Amino acid sequence: MNTGDTAWVLISAALVLLMTPGLAFFYGGMTRAKAVLNMMMMSFGAIGLVGVLWVVFGYSATFGSDVGGGLLGNPLEKLGLQGVLDTGDGAPLVGTIPEIVFVGFQAVFAIITVALITGAIADRAKFGAWMTFAAIWVTVVYFPVAHWVFSFTEDADGNPTGGWIGQGMGAIDFAGGTAVHINAGAAALALALILGRRKGFGKDPSHRPHNLPFVMLGAGLLWFGWFGFNAGSALGANAVAGYAWINTLAAPAAAILGWLIVEKLRDGHATSLGAASGAVAGLVAITPACSALTPMWSIVLGLLAGAVCALAVGLKYRLGIDDSLDVVGVHLVGGLVGTLFIGFAADPNSPAAGQGLFYGGGLELLGKQAIAAGAVMIYSFVIAYAIGWVINKTMGFRISSSDEAAGVDVSVHAESAYDFGGRATGSFVPMTEKRSVTSEPATAATTEVKVDA
Amino acid sequence: MKLITAIIRPEQLDDVRNALESYGVQGLTISSAHGYGRQRGHTEVYRGAEYAVDLHAKVRIEVLASDEVAWDLMDVIVGSSNTGNPGDGKVWMVAVQEVMRVRTGERGVAAI
Repeated sequence: MNTGDTAWVLISAALVLLMTPGLAFFYGGMTRAKAVLNMMMMSFGAIGLVGVLWVVFGYSATFGSDVGGGLLGNPLEKLGLQGVLDTGDGAPLVGTIPEIVFVGFQAVFAIITVALITGAIADRAKFGAWMTFAAIWVTVVYFPVAHWVFSFTEDADGNPTGGWIGQGMGAIDFAGGTAVHINAGAAALALALILGRRKGFGKDPSHRPHNLPFVMLGAGLLWFGWFGFNAGSALGANAVAGYAWINTLAAPAAAILGWLIVEKLRDGHATSLGAASGAVAGLVAITPACSALTPMWSIVLGLLAGAVCALAVGLKYRLGIDDSLDVVGVHLVGGLVGTLFIGFAADPNSPAAGQGLFYGGGLELLGKQAIAAGAVMIYSFVIAYAIGWVINKTMGFRISSSDEAAGVDVSVHAESAYDFGGRATGSFVPMTEKRSVTSEPATAATTEVKVDA
Repeated sequence: MKLITAIIRPEQLDDVRNALESYGVQGLTISSAHGYGRQRGHTEVYRGAEYAVDLHAKVRIEVLASDEVAWDLMDVIVGSSNTGNPGDGKVWMVAVQEVMRVRTGERGVAAI
């Protein structure tokens, strides 16, 4: 065990956890004011749900011994994290770090992947339906797909026994361009189709972002956390981590410029939402590629991803699909751009040691990248659509039209995000009195309870 | 007695207030308002999608005046809020039947 490596991965895991609240701000600022809490709650719901499922059986299903030719880990092998809990000299290792640290690092990847999907269903989803979907999707889609991409194991004879995409086929996805971003983006597209369009989609100006400083704050937190996501995926405090770190700076920086150039030419204005979106698009694109590209190629990828995603987000209006906050346009498209770009520009001298088309590697790597991206995209879309369809037919995925008009925050969560002016009137009933005093306004008895408390 | 109501640009508020104060107006009430006139709204762009926002932020000023000074006050407000561009706003005057000062119970012009 290496203590330096262990310290870096522990810190990286905490950085990646911060990405999900960051995402909540990034998405929350883009909704209208009466849907921001629901947007942020779907991210926090994912933390609660996936954090528990990961410990119970998720880690085992993803990184347990392979059952089924690289398709799934054994979900029962490390049930409740049995077998990884020895903290003495016999503590099991993954590379140079204790396996229990690896469990934590991978947990936060599962959480953010689920949370990413929520941008497609802003303003109109039942919270219970979302949580049900999240539990099923993470179990039957994320855990297997993460196994395909991230599981690298060998049997006693040194034969590979990990996932079919990463270890089996040899496609390059350093930190999750396929397993995280294409995966979430394809599921988001499916849910946008299942739920249908928001009332007033493409017409009502009340759907414009209500708090762009939140969006900028969220993008900043995402970027900060992303250094843990990408550089932490080196699973060591070393030059590979540094290589990934620099690319995680260069590509999003270039993507900001790429997005803003497109906006300036097309719309006449470089916008703050564009800068925040460009940074995230660049982060998505460099995620699979941060160990495979030189920093100069990362800049090219960033410019490309920023420009392509800026053009892609407009398609939803033409197609009539309400992917509300552009999960498809940013994460699916950005993930595809990054994953495929590796096939062109992977440098044989990089840590990933891939040989792209531009380095004389022919089409072999590009083909593998395309298969990896396509397999994850199709699997996630089909299964997410099926799960969403069943939930919609049974419990209903969408809130009522009147609840949507009143605002999902107040109708689903009984809260409102902002109280400008503080002019609220009415009555207040403490929780302890709620059962007995249901329809009465505040009485002397309730006042007494307050004093006692 | 008259009630003068003016809808003006928020950025003209300081000019109007200073002009009214110089004229000798003792108090006024301000509220934020939203609306549009013949110029309609403005356009915002988010991720390439244009939203036409019909309502502009405006400030509403309400000031009570005696019959003698009311016409002058309208001129003062118009003079200090005019930028010459569409969206400068409106000023109007209505007759007021009675005014009372809450603290003292004074009535009429003395209460203004």
